[in-house]
Amino acid sequence: MHWTEYFSPLLQGAWVTVQLTVYSTILGAILAFAAGVGKLSSNLLLRGISVVYIEVFRGTSLLVQLFWLYFALPVAGQALGIDLRIPPVVAGVLALSLNIGAYGAEVVRGAIQSVHQEQHEAARALNFTPRQTLTAVTIPQAVPEMMPPFGNLAVQNLKDTALVSLISLGDMTFRAEQLRNFTQDSTTIYSMLLLMYFGMALVLTLMMRTLERRVGRWRGTGA
Amino acid sequence: MLFGFEWDTSGPLVFAVSILPILLVGMWVTIQATVLGFFVALVLGLLWAVLKAAPSRLISWPATVFTEFLRDTPLLVQLFFLYYVLPEFGIILPAFMTGALALGLQYSAYTSEVYRAGLEAIGPDQREAARALNLPAVRTFTHVIIPQAVPRIVPAMGNYLVSIMKDVPVLSVVTVLEMLNVGRIIGDRTFNYLIPLSMVGGLYLIMTLVASAALRLLDTRLPKQGIPLK
Repeated sequence: MHWTEYFSPLLQGAWVTVQLTVYSTILGAILAFAAGVGKLSSNLLLRGISVVYIEVFRGTSLLVQLFWLYFALPVAGQALGIDLRIPPVVAGVLALSLNIGAYGAEVVRGAIQSVHQEQHEAARALNFTPRQTLTAVTIPQAVPEMMPPFGNLAVQNLKDTALVSLISLGDMTFRAEQLRNFTQDSTTIYSMLLLMYFGMALVLTLMMRTLERRVGRWRGTGA
Repeated sequence: MLFGFEWDTSGPLVFAVSILPILLVGMWVTIQATVLGFFVALVLGLLWAVLKAAPSRLISWPATVFTEFLRDTPLLVQLFFLYYVLPEFGIILPAFMTGALALGLQYSAYTSEVYRAGLEAIGPDQREAARALNLPAVRTFTHVIIPQAVPRIVPAMGNYLVSIMKDVPVLSVVTVLEMLNVGRIIGDRTFNYLIPLSMVGGLYLIMTLVASAALRLLDTRLPKQGIPLK
């Protein structure tokens, strides 16, 4: 096989990698906001759930989480009498987004706490409800602060998608493994694979920078 | 049976107790890989930091691109690369060594940034003061810069130590018998994945909580103004 023939299977895998990255980043961002805001909630139950979620998913390894969802969850379901067998793609997206969401939650919490106290006081003086304060005053000013670390997490997430090849999902790394088994041409295949990941990471970084500039104008005028 | 320990599948609790020693053997491998990988990351990271700060762009540019490349590509793929490509060039390492090297390489990209930030955090006034006191460049570095940079560098390095620990399970793909791999083998042989994999998760949680607590303690012990010399 000539090395140009490797492109077609690798690109097929690349599309799966892109989809996994997009889905899990979006789902992860939602989880990050929910848990980040939840950790600052005055409701003890909400705060407890958020803290436990963040600690468990930040405190264990992503691969452990992935294997647990894929291998152990069905057994747990069996014991409870429910069918919890999930297809690899669901296990993959779920593990990736739960993991990145826990890291993102700490970013969201930090950004919200960095919004100046006088903003809250002003909102209160204007008779905003706590919910209005959160959605109209705090979050718009906190989001620009979150963007640089979110960019790093998105790249982290892209790199982490390679792990799903271990539960037989046909991503870029999986395709490369198949090619290597077939041709034994490790040097070329893995060099191409590394460069393709590098290229994807650069594009993703560029996209996150653009998004960062876009939301930059929400920043308060530095009162 | 694994590592000479029998498991007892007669009940969930008995099973859990019987496989605990086996998982602890795996945990020991995880800790060894973490420490070795961290050591490699500390050494290589310092090397990259020095190269990136080189006055000649001919050196600093390739170093910057290379570390960016290390940072932006998955650990798993880097590991496969080292494991399958190095032997083609006659470098044959045991799987554990290859794994520790891959961990160290990936994280050296991160540690090099920590070194850089730690050194840059020391303002130019310190260098100026050292110069005014007629200190030679080497002594300025060893007696002024380093003692002040260390307390800034240590907490960030500690975070990467914990991250490395959480990435060790990736080494299972090249047959390293770390904790997750051991848990999975037990699952394969007993058809019960729930208990071993949940225990691996729980043991991980304990390890990271202990490590984080130790790092916080270390952080409070470190003098903020720099390490006094003599």
